[in-house]
Formats: sequence, structure tokens, C-alpha cells
Amino acid sequence: MSKTGERTRSLTRAAATLLVAAAAYEATARSGLFPPALLPTLPAIARTLVATTLDGTMPLHALHTLYRVAVGLALAVALGLPLGIAMGRVAAVEGFVLPLASALMPIPSLAWVPVFILWFGLGDTVSILIVFYAALFPMLLNAWSGVRAVNPLWLRAAAAMGANGRALFWKVIVPGASPFIIAGLRQALLRAFIAVIGAEMIAASDWGLGWVIFDAKEFLQADVMLAALIVIGAIGFALERLAFGAIERATVVRWGMVQPVKD
Amino acid sequence: MSELAAATALRSTERVNARLRGAVRTAFPFVVVGAAWEAVAHAGLFPPRLFPPLETVAAALARLTANGILLHHAAETVLRLIVGFALAAVVGVALGIVMGRSRRAEDIALPLVSIGAPIPGLAYAPLFLLWFGTGNLPAILLVAFVSAFPIVFNTWTGVKAVKSVWVRSAQAMGADRARLFRLVILPGALPYILTGLRLGLAQAWRILVGVEMLAAVPWGLGWLIFGAREFLATDVMLAGIVVIAVIGLALEKLVFRRLEEFTVVRWGMMA
Repeated sequence: MSKTGERTRSLTRAAATLLVAAAAYEATARSGLFPPALLPTLPAIARTLVATTLDGTMPLHALHTLYRVAVGLALAVALGLPLGIAMGRVAAVEGFVLPLASALMPIPSLAWVPVFILWFGLGDTVSILIVFYAALFPMLLNAWSGVRAVNPLWLRAAAAMGANGRALFWKVIVPGASPFIIAGLRQALLRAFIAVIGAEMIAASDWGLGWVIFDAKEFLQADVMLAALIVIGAIGFALERLAFGAIERATVVRWGMVQPVKD
Repeated sequence: MSELAAATALRSTERVNARLRGAVRTAFPFVVVGAAWEAVAHAGLFPPRLFPPLETVAAALARLTANGILLHHAAETVLRLIVGFALAAVVGVALGIVMGRSRRAEDIALPLVSIGAPIPGLAYAPLFLLWFGTGNLPAILLVAFVSAFPIVFNTWTGVKAVKSVWVRSAQAMGADRARLFRLVILPGALPYILTGLRLGLAQAWRILVGVEMLAAVPWGLGWLIFGAREFLATDVMLAGIVVIAVIGLALEKLVFRRLEEFTVVRWGMMA
């Protein structure tokens, strides 16, 4: 009884917190202490969100952002995953790539935005490259540590049972490294999403959620900004919870590499 | 005796040799990439203003360092980072501990923190600029806000992860609340808290450069890079990026490794 009782109480309290926070915000917004352009009421934000969704602009902005994330992330995986695995298997590759990666990694991806704007002009290329830069290092380093973390006993056992190089790679090393690789992918996606918003703000194109927020500032449209923030939060939440939960269940949990998360 | 001295000398030269070999091995990839950069820059494929050779970047770095401009930019950036991060550390650790110890506080704070966390920090930047104007205030507040999330989450997890056996045995031995907190909960949660602080600092560092570009601050490395774009001064931008890399590397290697060695490793909480 106590377990479910506690759980209901937690849920009630959580709901109460959110309601109180919303009411406090609404009261502040309506009190007239701040101009409504800076602090719009909740119904105004909801109206803006519905209106921009219905006329198709908000979904289109979201699609542009997701497209940039997808392309940049795909490039990062295409380079980072094989390179990371090669680093884990071949000492010479590790010796060459690791110092470069350690030197480049502490540079925030956004620092490259002005340079990339000069090189490639405004638009999609800059955002995609920034996403690529942000996503590359988590992918690379996780693939590398994943391959190195494969239990050497498994390798020797497989080799003793006559596995050739290819079987060893596909049947032992890749599944063995997969929890790290999935974790790297998740980290890379998170970084990519953070980077794309910043890149869109600075490398102002004409579509994208980051651009909407920044552009709305010029016109003091706080309702548009908050509506776009809600969309960004929803996408971030969906990517994190739904996409990765599904990928994990289909791979590492099914292979018995990690325990499913109990709720 | 002389044999021993000779052996020691031999071993020390061996060690020097090994270190030298390591340094050469680390430098090798940079030499290769640098040579490739030079080749492309001198080939004339791209205008030198946009793709300056390394000696131009080095000259810009030396020039800006000599006249103190770079130092001023870097100092402002680091100052913002320290103030913002300190704010986040104090508030974040306090909130995390309260959430970990009190069920009621957890129920109240967790929904709010969980809603704010998945939104990329920079997305809040225009809102902060709108509310707090431009300049230092929104920049520092945003850095603090963004880096507080990992600190809160990790502190909360750390406090909850303290073994209940430790807590109960301390209580059985008559520890009061203050001693329980100082001698059991804080050391027990510290590895998590340090992880949170490290993640928070990394987050703060990643976002600060972007914030400096957006917030129109008069000084700061982000602003230096962004401002240089107007004059097509790619050499200045790359010099700024070099400084950013050095600071980032120093934060990771010096600050946190030291902090860990002095606390959790010494207490035997972590190897």
C-alpha cells in the first residue's frame, strides 16, 4: 500500500507544483508589472502556438531544424563510428587521432560558427557542419572506449572456437561495444540538438527553430519565443525518451548487454 | 656506489628518452595537419584572407597577446564563466541536496527541473536578453541557469545513492543531523557532485562562447571571434579559437583532476 500511496502522493504534488507555477506566472503576467510584450499570458502563448502550428510555419521550422540535425548527425556517425572502432583496434590510428581529438574537443562548436560563415556563407551548410562538429567527438570517443572495453576473454574464447577476423568483429566486438556506441549516439544527438539551435541563431538563415526564437526577439514577440521553446522542449524530450528507448530495447537490451530500465 | 649512480643516471636518461618519444608521437599528428593546412593555404585555392597560412595566425596571436587585447578578452570570458558557474554550483548543489533528503522538496522541484532540462540552453538566450537587457547580466545568468541542471541532477542522485546502511549505522552510533550530513552524506555523495560540477562547467563553457556572440558584450573571446567576421579577419578568429582551446583544455585537465585528487581519491571513494 505504502508504495502506491507514496507514488500517488508524488504525482499529486508534482501536478500541484506545475499548477502553482503556472498560476504564479499567469498572475505576474496579468499584474501589469511587466509589459505584456515581454511577459505574455499563458493563453496568449497557447494561441500563438496553435496559430503557428495550424498555418504550418512552426512544423516547417521544426522540420528544417530536424533536417540539419539528421544530416549533421549522419555525417558524424559515418566518420566517427568507423574511426572510433579503428582507434580501438589499431594502435597507429589511435596514436594519430587521439591527440587531435583531445585538442579539438574542448573548443565549443559554436566558436566555429563565425569561421564557417566566412567560409561557406549563411545557410544550411554552416548549421550542418556545426552539428557535425558537435556530434563527432562523443561518437568517436564512445566507439573507441567501447571497443577497448570488450572483454578480452570473449575475444580469446571466440578465437579459440575458430572465429575468423570478420566473425570476431561482427559477432563479438560490435555487440560488445554496442552499449558504449548507443550511449555515444545518444550523447551525440543531444549535443547536435543543442548546437543546431545556437548555429541557427547566429548563422541566421530563414527557417529553423533557433532562428524563430532569435528573430522574435527583434520584434519583441515573447509569445512566439515561448511557443518555439515549447516545441524545442517537446522535440528534445521525444528524441531522448522515445527514440532512444526504442533503439535500446531493439539492440543492447535484447542482446542482454544491459538491463532494461525498471520504472 | 658509482655503479648505482650510473644505473640511476641511465634510468633517468631512459625516462627522458621515453618522455621525448611520447612528445614526438603526440606532436606528429599536429605537424601533419599543420603541413596540410600550409599546403592548402599557400596553394592559392582560397583567398588568404579567408584561409590564412599558420604564420599569419601565429602573427595575429602574437600581436594581440603583446598589446594585451587578447588577455583582456580572455579575462572577461573567464570571469563570466567563474561567476556564472559559482552561482550555479552554490544554488545547484544546495537544491540537489534538499531534493535528495526531502521527499516533499523532490516532488516539488523535480517536475520543474525535468521540464527545463531537455531544452538546449542557448534557446533561452533571446528570452534572457529580452528580460534582462544586453551585456553581462543576461550572459552570466544564462550560463548559471544552464550549468545548474547537471549539477542539480547529479547532486540529487548522489545524495539518494548514499548507502542507507551507512546512514543507519551512523545514526545508531549517535550521530546527530549535522554530523550525519557532514561526515556521511556529503562524502558519500561527493563523487556524484563532482561529476555534476564537471558536467556543469563543460556545459557552461560550451554555451558561454555562443552567449557572448549574441549578448553584444563589449569584451570576451566569443565576441572577439564574432566581431572579427565583419572585417574578414580570419586570422584573428583562429587566434581566438586557439585561446579558447587552451582555456578549455586547462579547465578539464588542471581544475578538475586536481579537485578529484584532493577529495574523493584521497578519501578512497574513487580510484
